[in-house]
Amino acid sequence: MTLDGGWYLTLAAVLFTIGAVGLLVRRNVLVMFMCVELMLNAVNLTFVTFARMLDDIGGQALVFFVLVVAAAEVVVGLGIIVSIFRRRGGTTADDLHLLKG
Amino acid sequence: MHAVLAAAQTLKAPDLDYFALAPEIVLTAVLVGILLLDVFVDETRKYLVTQVAGLGLLVSLVPVVALAANGADRSMLGGAYVVDNFALLVKALFLATGYVVLLMSSDYIGEGDYYEGEYSFLLLSSLLGMMVMGSSRDLITIFVALELLSIPAYLLAGWRKRDLRSNEACLKYYLLGVLASAVMLYGMSLIFGATGSTVLRTIGREVGGSVGEEPIVTLGIFFIVVGFAFKVSAVPFHFWAPDTYEGAPTPVTAFLSVASKAAGFVALLQLVYIGFFGREEVWGPLFWVLAALTMTVGNLVALRQTNVVRMLAYSSVAQAGYILVPFAVAGSNPAANATAQTAALVYLLIYAAMNLGAFAIVMAVARKTRSAEISSYGGLFTYAPGLTLLMSVFLFSLAGIPPLAGWFAKLYIFESALDAGTAAAVTLAVVAGLNAVIALFYYSAVAKEMWMRPVPDGDTTPIPVPPALAAALAFTAIVVVAVGVYPQAFARLGDLAQLTLR
Repeated sequence: MTLDGGWYLTLAAVLFTIGAVGLLVRRNVLVMFMCVELMLNAVNLTFVTFARMLDDIGGQALVFFVLVVAAAEVVVGLGIIVSIFRRRGGTTADDLHLLKG
Repeated sequence: MHAVLAAAQTLKAPDLDYFALAPEIVLTAVLVGILLLDVFVDETRKYLVTQVAGLGLLVSLVPVVALAANGADRSMLGGAYVVDNFALLVKALFLATGYVVLLMSSDYIGEGDYYEGEYSFLLLSSLLGMMVMGSSRDLITIFVALELLSIPAYLLAGWRKRDLRSNEACLKYYLLGVLASAVMLYGMSLIFGATGSTVLRTIGREVGGSVGEEPIVTLGIFFIVVGFAFKVSAVPFHFWAPDTYEGAPTPVTAFLSVASKAAGFVALLQLVYIGFFGREEVWGPLFWVLAALTMTVGNLVALRQTNVVRMLAYSSVAQAGYILVPFAVAGSNPAANATAQTAALVYLLIYAAMNLGAFAIVMAVARKTRSAEISSYGGLFTYAPGLTLLMSVFLFSLAGIPPLAGWFAKLYIFESALDAGTAAAVTLAVVAGLNAVIALFYYSAVAKEMWMRPVPDGDTTPIPVPPALAAALAFTAIVVVAVGVYPQAFARLGDLAQLTLR
């Protein structure tokens, strides 16, 4: 049985939604961080699916850009989390309430 | 093996126009240079790094001017990277902004217990991203430029490592920034899927044709605009901005609220005018709602602030709303479209000067009072008349009082809305007008505090302003006053830098 592109696109949309909802609902900074990665990987899946459907290598090349940039973002993000962890020994977003929007 | 070698000989390297890339190449050389310099100079002479960085920014301006004098539009990599008048104008804006921010921060960073060399390095990296953004006419290039300008900015926001508020500012900015990138990327993936291209010009052709009717394109445009709405802190995606602006070091706040926001708008201009222009019934209403909400909410919340930095943060949210007005009305007819583009560009340029100036004053006053509360500005006129006068100039320019530059910027916004002439556009102009009145209240509240109230603690020793900060103040003040008096020259600049459609 072969699956057509629509299934992959749907899966990507579901993953993206899970990531977005998770980012808004969860309070642990590390988990929020993983949710962002989930969203980015959903984007990658969409790109690869479209690249296959359109028979265009450009979409797959774009995925490499996303991967590399996501890696750079992870480095910065973990650095920020570590520096906060050192200062207060926990990474719950609810603890961060000095500045009220 | 032979086959591989034979294939290697037929490989054609992409045509690179090194003259067109010269500003970026110079800036890259400078930022690598200061990183090395930072390693070799000892702790007492770190200010050298900042000086070299500032000099480097001015040197990068030379190829920009040379390219502008040359005048030819240059396009490379299949239209993905274009150097035209628009690109050159925004590059000059970013370099000038970067230089002023560097002037503002040199004493602030040097006196505080911060890492000085790395600061300049990150600032220049972020600027490099903005320079690339000015030329990006391709989804991949826009994405890479956006990340190149954002990632150093996340770090700069958390520069006061030992301050919990700075940590919080940094984390909020980071999480929301990454969320915005992910949303924007998802939109890009949908647009790529529908049009089969990442080059904006091709996308523009496809979106204007039958492909544009598909719902997937609508969804893609929606996601991309929402992603950038986070970047330019448009309501309802603005909630990170006041917190980040208050917690970050003040020069970084000035940088984020001017340069980073301008970069977001530059990307939006390119996406909307080249990529999505055929579907104005999708983005027109979207920008209309964003503009109306951003102006109104930004101004109403700014009214209640007691802290100058927070007030300026909400004011910058509101200012973003004014810049969104031309986007909302651009699609209605060709005349409105041309005015709208000029209006957005001119507003960006003028907003940069007046907002940087206001933040420079906040920094100068905080050197003495160590506070950013509005009440600490009481009686500023009695001991710092020069600063008081300049702050009044910047505040009233932000409010849009003639004959200062901000007035001219607002006038252009109204003109673009009236050129469009539709009921929706005129309504938006009315909303903008009402907001300009509301804004006058909180800007003049600070002015009243400075001119009329007594000094809170009776301490009337003058404020020492270091030369670099004074230079930043002089530069921004001259721009604000000169543009207000001779606006025609500036409008001409905006007209020259029109993006060519299709």
